[in-house]
Amino acid sequence: MNQIKRLAVLFIFFTGFSFIQDEELSKSMAKGKDVYNDFCMVCHKPNGEGTEKIFPPLAKSDFLKKYRDESIRSVKYGQKGKIKVNGIEYNGNMPLPGLSEEEIVDVMNYILNSWGNKSDKIVTIREVKSLIK
Amino acid sequence: MIRFFCSFLFIVIVKACFGQKDDTTINTPKKLNYSTELIVPELDIPWGMTFLPDGSMLITEIKGKLIHFKDGIKTEIKQVPEVYARGQGGLMDVELHPDYKNNGWIYFTYSSSDGDEKGGNTALMRAKIKDDALIEKQILYKGAPNTTKPYHFGSRIVFDNDGYVYFGIGDRGDHFVNPQDITKDGGKIYRLKDDGTIPADNPFVNEIGAKTAIYSYGHRNPQGMTKHPVTGQIWENEHGPQGGDEINIIQKGKNYGWPVICYGINYDNTILTEKTEMPGMEQPFYYYVPSIAPSGMAFIHSDKYPDWKGSLLIGSLKFQYLERLDIKDNKVTYREKIMPDSGRVRNVKISNDGYIYVAIEGKGIYKILPSI
Repeated sequence: MNQIKRLAVLFIFFTGFSFIQDEELSKSMAKGKDVYNDFCMVCHKPNGEGTEKIFPPLAKSDFLKKYRDESIRSVKYGQKGKIKVNGIEYNGNMPLPGLSEEEIVDVMNYILNSWGNKSDKIVTIREVKSLIK
Repeated sequence: MIRFFCSFLFIVIVKACFGQKDDTTINTPKKLNYSTELIVPELDIPWGMTFLPDGSMLITEIKGKLIHFKDGIKTEIKQVPEVYARGQGGLMDVELHPDYKNNGWIYFTYSSSDGDEKGGNTALMRAKIKDDALIEKQILYKGAPNTTKPYHFGSRIVFDNDGYVYFGIGDRGDHFVNPQDITKDGGKIYRLKDDGTIPADNPFVNEIGAKTAIYSYGHRNPQGMTKHPVTGQIWENEHGPQGGDEINIIQKGKNYGWPVICYGINYDNTILTEKTEMPGMEQPFYYYVPSIAPSGMAFIHSDKYPDWKGSLLIGSLKFQYLERLDIKDNKVTYREKIMPDSGRVRNVKISNDGYIYVAIEGKGIYKILPSI
């Protein structure tokens, strides 16, 4: 009986926790969408499809999945030089967006969980702070 | 039902007109009689450039650097105003006073957070250089209010033949509020005397509440501007939304229509406006569908490039080339790519000795050499 109680408590705790996290994620994504529309959309397009060979896609991008740190860094500091996304090479120059740490968190959560992208881990201020040039 | 079908048809037609991704009206010549030489290496985003009487250059980088380039050496000028570095903001254009030789004045535009509100807006400053630092700094104009919107700051600076200074400020991300309202900054081309005072014959000096520095309005985001070498008129180009970039000849007091009339659509493919013309609003001299994302512009007026004399040059950020436009009888008759696939072309200017200089993001500044 005790065992069952304990399990029940654990169950409630975890589902409650994931519910809070889901809500945190959806709040962050909502703010991130506004940041995306203001800073990223012109080049990366409303649905993250980009422009082949010029602006890399964010939707279903293997780069975002493989290089999470690099992706966050490029939003924090800008990006320059050759990268390969979904098999196509890009050699662009993304200027420093000049976002606050909170805006970086939100826009990354939006990008990592939109247009077919799915991330298991929510981006946090702590993670953004920890990534240095 | 018919109505539904008509609107469906309309959308299809609009999509067919605007949704196209390839620019079918530009030519790619097989052979061009020129070569290029990298003059200033390793620049990040070189926004403005101008040539000093001694042949050296002043170059701005958007992140807030002013560089004096002389005899192959870059010297960073100190005491540059702090820029509001967010999105498209930063240190933008740099231009010399027409009588720079005698008075030493240099003009800049930059995004500034001066003022009470949070955010930034575009400012015009003049200053002199002494011992590699800016001195006698004067803010001649500051757009207001500040906003945290990260885009559409403009900006270019041009002097006309009478010594007036022109510069543009983009709509600052508030296109339903700013561009059509002459009591507000943003979406305007401004004209000032060289000391920042308002010319007595500016178009709106007698309008109550108007920003009297305004010379023309209804602009979206002007990032190219130049003086025509023969007529002395001020030519401007500006970014449209998706489609609808424009080349305009700037006339006193005129309304260039944004966002009431436009040849483009929203980024998410929805309709921004169904109107492309209206009485009281100027038609563009030329418009681009699809957008090329136009940057700096210059007319070739020297004899260094005989085939190209009189042509207009415009940089394309999006398609990464410099384009040359033939203009006959007040119309664009031919366009071709020069320097295709060269990178995001940010600026183009003609040097004092008549050569074309092209600034490319992440690369540097190239000189085009006729190799005939």
